[in-house]
Amino acid sequence: MSLVRRLPELFVPALLVLGTALLGLEVSSYLQSYFLDTLVKVAIVVALYVFIGNSGVISFGHISFVALGAWTAGVLTVPADQKTAIMPGLAHFLIRTNVGNITSLALAAGVGAVAAFLVGLPLMRLSGLAAGIATFAVLEITNNVLTFDQSIGPGLNAFSSVPQTTGIWQATIAALICVVAAFAYRTSRFGRMLGATREDPAAAAAAGISIYRQRLLAFAISGGLAGLAGGVYVHLLPLQAGGLSLNLTFITLAMLVVGGSGTLLGAVGGALAVNGIYSFFSAATNTVDVFGWHLTVPQGTAEIVLGVLMALVLIARPAGLSGGRELTLPRRSARAAE
Amino acid sequence: MTLALLNLSWPVFANGLEFGGIYALMAVGIGLVFGVLRLVNFAYGQLIMAGGFALAYGAQWGLPNWVSILFCFAVVLVLSLVMDRLVFRPLRTHSPAVMLVATFAVAFLLQNIALLAFGAYGKTAGAFAYLNAPWDIGGVEIRKIAIIAIVTAAVCLGLLQVLLTRTSLGLHMRAASMDFRTAQLLGVRAGRVIAGAVVVSALFAAIAAVMLSVADFQITSTFGLSDTIIVLAGVVLGGLNRPIPATLGGFSIGFASGILGGTLPSNQSQYLASFLFAAVIVVLLLRPDGLFTRGGASVERL
Repeated sequence: MSLVRRLPELFVPALLVLGTALLGLEVSSYLQSYFLDTLVKVAIVVALYVFIGNSGVISFGHISFVALGAWTAGVLTVPADQKTAIMPGLAHFLIRTNVGNITSLALAAGVGAVAAFLVGLPLMRLSGLAAGIATFAVLEITNNVLTFDQSIGPGLNAFSSVPQTTGIWQATIAALICVVAAFAYRTSRFGRMLGATREDPAAAAAAGISIYRQRLLAFAISGGLAGLAGGVYVHLLPLQAGGLSLNLTFITLAMLVVGGSGTLLGAVGGALAVNGIYSFFSAATNTVDVFGWHLTVPQGTAEIVLGVLMALVLIARPAGLSGGRELTLPRRSARAAE
Repeated sequence: MTLALLNLSWPVFANGLEFGGIYALMAVGIGLVFGVLRLVNFAYGQLIMAGGFALAYGAQWGLPNWVSILFCFAVVLVLSLVMDRLVFRPLRTHSPAVMLVATFAVAFLLQNIALLAFGAYGKTAGAFAYLNAPWDIGGVEIRKIAIIAIVTAAVCLGLLQVLLTRTSLGLHMRAASMDFRTAQLLGVRAGRVIAGAVVVSALFAAIAAVMLSVADFQITSTFGLSDTIIVLAGVVLGGLNRPIPATLGGFSIGFASGILGGTLPSNQSQYLASFLFAAVIVVLLLRPDGLFTRGGASVERL
């Protein structure tokens, strides 16, 4: 398929992100926080898609890289005079090192990519159930270490005093970087090779593709994007290690599964739609007005709605709502272009 | 005494055996369902949680203890069958990874329903708290529940072994967990075998719920969750698809975490989870069929 025909695959998700950002600029600052959160989730889900969507291997471990990115960006940007107060056990070189906003995000992405590469070196030999459980183990280990090791971060406490540099533009640009990187990877020879291993591992291997290497590359790229998302996230909210674990894994996987893990549009659309629903019900725990109706729901409703939605989609449409298809220009217009 | 050499006291040792026993039951519960359905049930912990809430209601309504326990068994069993009917059966033909994600979703769903229904502080199931008191055995004080748990686990596992080796249902279950297709072709009834595994697995979840509620009687939506995560690690360590390796895996991880949790200083024992899961990864890489399985691993063919 020519690149021109595949362009809607990039532009539609990118426009969805931009549209969300523009809408976010129009609303009150209280509502805007939900839009910011949604844009960060888009970045995380697209990072997940780069690996899960292209390789067809499940990973419960990506939130580890989000957490590592958040820890990197957070610990390097807390103002020097507040560091020892918030993080009394911090290692010396981390106390002395301080960087700016953009550098911290780049480092977050770098740490995410390197961590994913190192974790992937042994783990990418696994697939199916074993991969699911091993990546789950990675999530548990990361969470355990970040919760208790006070030399690299705030431990059990929230990451307070990180400069709140993530406004609507920083969040939008991060989400767009993830979308563009995901498209560039998908259409590159490496992305196509990995796609081939997903469709038919034996045929791909017979054609000379190393399944292990292609998966490792995708894992490292998606780890880097996850790290970037984590960096942006910590500049938005005072995160806690406990918040970057099972719950976030579940929510982001639900977004990917509902949207359809096989496509970029599914990842972005799923993240927007599901986070919209999720934010609505989360906000409704403190009463929302819907066309004059006062709606109040108990805490936990958002997760229940999400759980039911995810189970229904898995049972009725395992390829997700996008059905595993990307938007492409019809064949005729492609011919006209030639 | 070897125990003295290892710097262990009898109560800590008994504590290790207690957790070993409870975790072994949970491990077999997860392993039996995996054997016939090739499904790792992340939602197993939520079955235990449901059992815990049943006990709490039993205590609140002032039911006699044996009625509370029966109620707990009934709740866990019904929930387990409903879960099988509504979620696992429609997904039976899908890949293990899809089923894993689905049980993950069910686990979260049930946990949040419990949060919604019972609030963040949950309910108290105090009827069995007296079992935390010790019995004096030859000058050593050992908690009653430790002894009860060890004996119950041994009896249950013995009965399961009889079921698996001496009855036709057990034979069918073992055949199905080796090769479901072939077993079906040879006349094993799929529905019966799956129902058998689901029921036994639910019974063990209910027993685990009763015993875990003794020490941890404040039942919240996360009751049994951390235990289940550790047991999942143990089942993978031991070997998923046969009952005895799964039991050994569950027992060893429970025993190890009981002993290490009791002897290590807290600045080391807090990293216990990391070591357990690092061990899981190493085992998955080196011996994907588990530590306690011998040869005969199936080779995947095209």
